[in-house]
Amino acid sequence: MKTSLRFLLPLGLFIGLAALLFYGLKLDPRKVPSPLVGKPVPQFVLPTLEDPDRTVSDADLRGKVSLVNVWASWCVSCRAEHAQLMRLSRTLKEVQIFGLNWKDRAEDALRMLRLSGNPYVVNAYDPENQVGIDWGVYGAPETFLVDQRGIICYKQIGPIGPDTWEQELAPWIDLKTRTCREPN
Amino acid sequence: MIPELGHFSLVLALALALIQATVPLIGSFIQRVPWMRQARALAWGQLLFSLIAMGCLLQAFLTDDFSVVYVATNSNSLLPEIYKVSALWGAHEGSLLLWATLLAAWGAAVATFSRNLPLPVVARVLSVMGMVGIGFLLFMLLTSNPFERIFPMPREGRDLNPLLQDPGLALHPPMLYMGYVGFSVAFAFAIAALIGGKLDAAWARWSRPWTTVAWIFLTLGIVLGSWWAYYELGWGGWWFWDPVENASFMPWLAGTALVHSLAVTEKRGAFKSWTVLLALFAFSLSLLGTFLVRSGVLTSVHAFATDPARGTFILVFLCVVIGGSLALYAWRAPAVSGGGRFELLSRESVLLANNLLLSLFTALVLFGTLAPLIYEAMGWGKISVGFPWFNTMFVATMPFLAFLLGVGPLTRWKQDEGERLVKLLWPAFLGASIAAVFGGIFTPLESEHWFLIPLGLGLAVWILIAHMLAIWDRLKHKSGLGALFRDFAGGGRSFYGMVIAHLGVAVFIVGVTLVSHFGIERDVRMSPGDVQEESGYQFHFLGVENHRGPNYMAARGHFQVTRDGELVAELWPEKRSYFTSAKPMTEAAIDWGFLRDLYVSLGEPVGDGDWAVRLYYKPFVRWIWLGGLLMALGGLITLTDRRYRVLAKSAGKRTT
Amino acid sequence: MKARQKRLLFVAFGILGVGVAALLAINALRSNIAYFFSPSQVVAQEAPANAVYRLGGLVVKDSLQRQPDGLTVTFDVTDQVETVRVRYTGILPDLFGEGQGVVTKGRMGPDGVFVAEEVLAKHDEAYMPPEVADSLKTAHAKGVSQAAEGAKQP
Repeated sequence: MKTSLRFLLPLGLFIGLAALLFYGLKLDPRKVPSPLVGKPVPQFVLPTLEDPDRTVSDADLRGKVSLVNVWASWCVSCRAEHAQLMRLSRTLKEVQIFGLNWKDRAEDALRMLRLSGNPYVVNAYDPENQVGIDWGVYGAPETFLVDQRGIICYKQIGPIGPDTWEQELAPWIDLKTRTCREPN
Repeated sequence: MIPELGHFSLVLALALALIQATVPLIGSFIQRVPWMRQARALAWGQLLFSLIAMGCLLQAFLTDDFSVVYVATNSNSLLPEIYKVSALWGAHEGSLLLWATLLAAWGAAVATFSRNLPLPVVARVLSVMGMVGIGFLLFMLLTSNPFERIFPMPREGRDLNPLLQDPGLALHPPMLYMGYVGFSVAFAFAIAALIGGKLDAAWARWSRPWTTVAWIFLTLGIVLGSWWAYYELGWGGWWFWDPVENASFMPWLAGTALVHSLAVTEKRGAFKSWTVLLALFAFSLSLLGTFLVRSGVLTSVHAFATDPARGTFILVFLCVVIGGSLALYAWRAPAVSGGGRFELLSRESVLLANNLLLSLFTALVLFGTLAPLIYEAMGWGKISVGFPWFNTMFVATMPFLAFLLGVGPLTRWKQDEGERLVKLLWPAFLGASIAAVFGGIFTPLESEHWFLIPLGLGLAVWILIAHMLAIWDRLKHKSGLGALFRDFAGGGRSFYGMVIAHLGVAVFIVGVTLVSHFGIERDVRMSPGDVQEESGYQFHFLGVENHRGPNYMAARGHFQVTRDGELVAELWPEKRSYFTSAKPMTEAAIDWGFLRDLYVSLGEPVGDGDWAVRLYYKPFVRWIWLGGLLMALGGLITLTDRRYRVLAKSAGKRTT
Repeated sequence: MKARQKRLLFVAFGILGVGVAALLAINALRSNIAYFFSPSQVVAQEAPANAVYRLGGLVVKDSLQRQPDGLTVTFDVTDQVETVRVRYTGILPDLFGEGQGVVTKGRMGPDGVFVAEEVLAKHDEAYMPPEVADSLKTAHAKGVSQAAEGAKQP
């Protein structure tokens, strides 16, 4: 009996290791809480992507719940989430999708919007990462959920797919009152 | 169309793998010869379809088909052709495809070179390999399809990571993967033996050459990786104890233990259940390494490059393969009879100690690699383990191993007398002591690790003389160099292979010891025309000019190195800026030599035409990789041992 | 009986060896780990005053200053809430840049400036599959810069 226990030892050790690894996998490194959550959006004024002579600012984010989507044409994950954004722009009239075109070339970005559709009400153009840094943008895509008062409720790092939308972002939005609140 | 063809080939390969994993295995139980016979054809079929898939992806790269996501992310129309080929395995999806293809290639090799093995064994081995293949193909098809399309098609690709645009790294992954995947053969043999309940010397004899080949590839892969890091990362380090490196080092350690333990099992029938366990471990650690690299579990908050879905898949796969095989082990291994007896002082004991030390060090590396995760799981905070810890552990275990390395080859199997060994080994001990004293003279006493130089040099000489003595002991009844050559040409290949591999360890120790303690690294500010003196060499900085490469612009520095007024080398380090990423890349310039490397890399411009410059003097650094190459060469020579092949053949016939 | 005793001796030695090794390993680990802190934690004095730790965040724009020696630089690291100044002597990694993420390792100096002996820059802008990890050298591919004294190998 004792000898066969000895042979079980490697398996036991491995089970311990596997438990640790499963735990490690659960620690989603993307869930770095943004210090901006719960704070008003940083102030900014930027030209729009569509027309360099027009500008947008943080004031445009007040009065309505907004999704501020940081994207670039070179970013493959952004293309992956594009379809989801298109769907949202068609079905979710309560929320405006605001683009922050980041570290990109305007002609490439416009070409991408022309070819695969434009889900954004307007795009701020930030090729030099002037505004991105204030927002704490580490990469693209990132999406901020901003409430009608201009306060950041939630930050999504990485692409939004149907699942992430349903599970992470949608619960924050109260469609009736058109506001954001902590999901229960 | 062609990417779809590649995708379809993968599906077909998966279908074949499913059949290969089941039909021959069932056939081996119900003793249906035709069922078992399928295994070989299926293994070849898997290889064929994997190769077609590789070819399709290659075609997409060569024709700049950016509608394939993988190509769009890892290539560029300006990318030189050769790197379009190596970009095939430059990122996640493609490297998985390479994994699967190499696995299929190993399967086909087993199918071809197993004519002398009993059919049920072949059937089981190939079935197990089929199971592993299922895992990887499913993983690829479900979470990481290299043939995925993107619409609209980007006009230009994002380019291959500039760090990977290098000949050393183009070859590194295939070598490493050949090693990782090669251990799957030893693994499959072990599982087949456990299933069949026949763990005998014949089993060890069959798995030995496969294990050695895999070990050679892994050794070469690690050497290449270390060499690449040295010249490409721009700061002259050659090993960082980074989780990704540890992921390749742990299977190597387990594989090294396995190679030695297999020798005992084959020759003396001892350590049977231990050898099986090591075979399971070597491959498990390869898989674990893949998991750690792919899932991003260890990179924690500082890398975003993770995908939980992929991580979960590999972890479940890991649990099935490792957990399943260890459960099988716990079930079947107790029935294995103990092997030949041996005394406390015998070659078996020395090899057992070698195995214990290697396993201990593997466990330590694993612990150090996972410690950040353990800390986080326990709520003790986010930590990183610095490489001084790994270095301490290395220094604490490896000298014992090096000492045993000198004793082992001279010790007799089964039983030996201490007196005989002392009589034989005293010249080695004397030589080692002289080398240690010699090393001590040149060591500044105030240096923190003052004992390491005498220790390292002493051990290297110890290994060297002990192996000379082992040759002398072997040939003492013959005379002359002719005897040595005859012995080498005759039945002695595995002995001489061992000697060369062990001498590789000695060479490695010399390199590590000297470069670590006499290497000089300096960051300085230089204006054009400045001269810096370093270890007797004068580095003249002549200036920086612009230079255009195929897909980058570079600031190229010009240095002349002189010694005693004579020109030693002209060096052209570069600071490159690739068009697509706009990220700077340091390209060091190295004047290499057998006894020392001179290494210059450009930092950044610091105004007024001045540059921050890194100057290194690296004595004996090449010996580190030379040692690794000698180890691999030694392995290669043991493979050509004629006597050994004859034995394998006759053993195969006997058991049929 | 004799063989049995020998075996026991062997096993005892093995267990003793492993035990001692484990003890030493864990003990050595304590002095070699570096905890990770954000600028906010550092400002709130949660980080140890006299130990090596890692500080990470974004490099504040226009904060990079080069001292006259050309090799010493100072820059500010922020998590958008608090900011800590960092001083580093040596060559910065390729991927270092203002507005980029950075992880530094070192200790707090008496003047309230964090003295880094190692600077790691990270740059995964598009959360893509681990192409760098692939290359085998994740963290270092991202550009480890090593203070000369820390770069000694065994």
